[in-house]
Amino acid sequence: MIRQVSSSVIRSLSAHGGKSQVPKKFVGTARCLSTSPWANYEMAPLDPIIGLTEQYNQDSFPQKVIVGVGAYRDDGGKPYILPCVREAEDRLFKKHLDMEYSGIAGDANFVEESLKFGYGEDCVALQENRVQGVQALSGTGGLRVMGELLRKNGHRHIYVPNPTWGNHKAIFTNAGLEVKTYAYYDAESSSLDFDSLVKDLKDIPSGSAVLLHACAHNPTGMDPTMDQWKEISSICKERGLLPFFDMAYQGFASGCAATDAAALRMFVDEGHLVCTIQSFSKNFGLYGHRVGTLSVVGATEEEAQKVVSQLKLVIRPMYSNPPRHGARIVQTILSDPMLREDWEVQCAGMAARINTMRTVLRERLSAVGSSRNWNHITKQIGMFAFSGLSKEQVMKMREKHHVYCTLDGRISMAGVTSGNADYIAEAIHDVSK
Amino acid sequence: MAKATLGLISVFLYGWSVVCGFSLDASTPTKAAASLWQDVPQGPPDAILGIAQAFRACEDPKKVNVCVGAYRTSEGNPWVLPSVRKAEGIMLENNEIKEYLPIEGDAAFVEKALQFAYGKNAPLDRIAGVQTLSGTGACRIGGAFLNAFLPGRTIYIPDPSWGNHKKIFEACGLTVQTYRYYERSQNGLDFEGMLEDIQTAPKGSIMLLHACAHNPTGCDPTPAQWQQIYQSILERDHVAFFDSAYQGFASGDSEQDAGALRAAVDAGLPVLLAQSFAKNFGLYGERCGTLSVVCGTAAQKDLVMSQLKCIIRPMYSSPPRHGSSIVKTVLSDEPLTEQYYEECASMANRIVDMRTKLVEKLHEVGSTHDWSHVTQQIGMFAFTGMSSDMCDQLTEEYSIFLTRDGRISIAGLNDNNLEYVAKAVHAVTDGKSITSN
Repeated sequence: MIRQVSSSVIRSLSAHGGKSQVPKKFVGTARCLSTSPWANYEMAPLDPIIGLTEQYNQDSFPQKVIVGVGAYRDDGGKPYILPCVREAEDRLFKKHLDMEYSGIAGDANFVEESLKFGYGEDCVALQENRVQGVQALSGTGGLRVMGELLRKNGHRHIYVPNPTWGNHKAIFTNAGLEVKTYAYYDAESSSLDFDSLVKDLKDIPSGSAVLLHACAHNPTGMDPTMDQWKEISSICKERGLLPFFDMAYQGFASGCAATDAAALRMFVDEGHLVCTIQSFSKNFGLYGHRVGTLSVVGATEEEAQKVVSQLKLVIRPMYSNPPRHGARIVQTILSDPMLREDWEVQCAGMAARINTMRTVLRERLSAVGSSRNWNHITKQIGMFAFSGLSKEQVMKMREKHHVYCTLDGRISMAGVTSGNADYIAEAIHDVSK
Repeated sequence: MAKATLGLISVFLYGWSVVCGFSLDASTPTKAAASLWQDVPQGPPDAILGIAQAFRACEDPKKVNVCVGAYRTSEGNPWVLPSVRKAEGIMLENNEIKEYLPIEGDAAFVEKALQFAYGKNAPLDRIAGVQTLSGTGACRIGGAFLNAFLPGRTIYIPDPSWGNHKKIFEACGLTVQTYRYYERSQNGLDFEGMLEDIQTAPKGSIMLLHACAHNPTGCDPTPAQWQQIYQSILERDHVAFFDSAYQGFASGDSEQDAGALRAAVDAGLPVLLAQSFAKNFGLYGERCGTLSVVCGTAAQKDLVMSQLKCIIRPMYSSPPRHGSSIVKTVLSDEPLTEQYYEECASMANRIVDMRTKLVEKLHEVGSTHDWSHVTQQIGMFAFTGMSSDMCDQLTEEYSIFLTRDGRISIAGLNDNNLEYVAKAVHAVTDGKSITSN
């Protein structure tokens, strides 16, 4: 049938343009070449983080190392599937659940467990049902949906720390918000520049949304102390700012879920009506399953529900409803005390290995003769070490040593192993001496 | 005495609050914060999913769900295809990792998916394909791409179309218009109207075409009609954006259901394709699909890929891997693929069977209307011709849940509820028109 169709098309084309000499199989191609709407496009740049992986994959150097994307690796450099995740998956498989649509807001049970996990079971606002949320496509998806809702609700700007995760700007810009920054990091001293942070926060227009990394700031690994968080909270109150928490490392930073959520919980206790993104990519190792939540704390239960109903209006024309599998895994674990305990141990194990590697890397840098101050590597918390290497040094490290990290000098500590720590230390030392 | 005690207690509490450094009003929202969300109105429920919600909440034991387009067995249950379940088992045995997929998704899956749609000999070297969150995600990415790179052009969707199309494309920033499609007075395709609207649309417009099993009407152009549609599209330099959500599910033969798409590519149209595996693989909630752009050369393909990635990354970074792994596993294994084709055909066959039985039953219970369109239509839905009032009556009096445009999901029918539904439909349509709504 298709062949017949082609010949009739050719006959009619011949009648119109005398193209009877064009061989049958090239008719489609020829037409496309001459009239293709895509003919004048520019090649878009590679993503600064994910594009790194693409470059790395094309490198054939045997000792190449990638410390780019924030994905955990075990000491053998291999991806790690948490045993509690595997156990949960096995149980789910035996249940032979259906794959029906889960609803625009996703799995209600999953969202409920996740909010308890994030806000704490004893969170008063949660108990009063003033915390309501939806399942989101991990962190990115939640940020994008919230950004779009803020814009719909009259927001024009959002304030993010300088520096911040490489994708934040693109997400919020595409949501229609102008991205501004507040001071955060002092590169000279490799530490939190709290005085400048406070000064900038006080200048932010009332009512603005302010993005805060709940723990394990990406890329710097420098978090405010609890006292500093309290001061940030006061300023937000005075200025009437909307705290927008991005929590991608709960449990993964200190090894303890409650500790890592302490800043968020304190804000909610203090009466802030926050919005929060939770990602389960790193702490549950569910990267590719895109599991997360987006939630708001409302003045009342009704108000929070209204916001959720508006979030659904953003989600439906974007992807209709979220994927089930990863959410089911998280829900299985969080709702089973024994699996939950297993998770705590396994997540803490990941955090511990990373901490060990921080110490090891710092020692090796000293051992290879570097005279630079590398204290920040052990001072910082979470997945990344913000090395302080310049763009040029990073490029040299890629080209000469085939060690790949992002141009801002951010090193994913999860990619450091006892097997490659020496090599990495040597490479860093070589480009920075 | 009581007053004094209360006084003491409040002094004590105040003192305690000072010592602990918290406010007694700890859980009361800050003033500024309290005003942030207070003017947010309640969002309206989604037309289709809202009805599904209403169905769940309904307590009538006779209730029937013929609303959402999800397949049901003859027992009225969701069905996970055995080949899909088998694939999941294989994935577990292989200890599949859970790493991030690339922004563009699982390349091996995308290859299989595109071959499934475009054919085994598809010119994949010049088709830019990305994994998406099922059909909605594909339409969104495709629409965003068109809005960015063919700015100012209007997208034309059929009247009627799937309820979410308009919202998706408007969210992309596109202007959405309609072309005539269905003639309700004939309960059939308004082909002349369709062709005329395609021919009069401004040059270079985007035409959204349902690849097969048009939703909600179930009414597809014939191959000859498709050819005329392609001619008009070519003459007007339009772009053909196919939405394929029912390949294999419509006729039971996935090669046949892909005929219109493949003929368009052969005819040299600039083609985009939004592909969903929700229905034909039963993967609904796992959100599995692709968006592809047929380019002229491999170099163009690379350019387009790079731009599609720029749309995806700030939206959700990368797609979910479970559903795509399942499809990849099935389509990479010959026996499993064969098993899949049989299972998909069985779904289509049960639906065709139910169409026939519904019309028979309607006549049996006394309806004198011409219901032939119900058996002629193809795919998941029957576009009955009932008015919104009749639909409301069906829901309120008979607890039969359908969308208010008269669309019935045939998959929701079975031998247990067929007579009930037929009687109810007859009751609300008897003596009234089903061709003037």
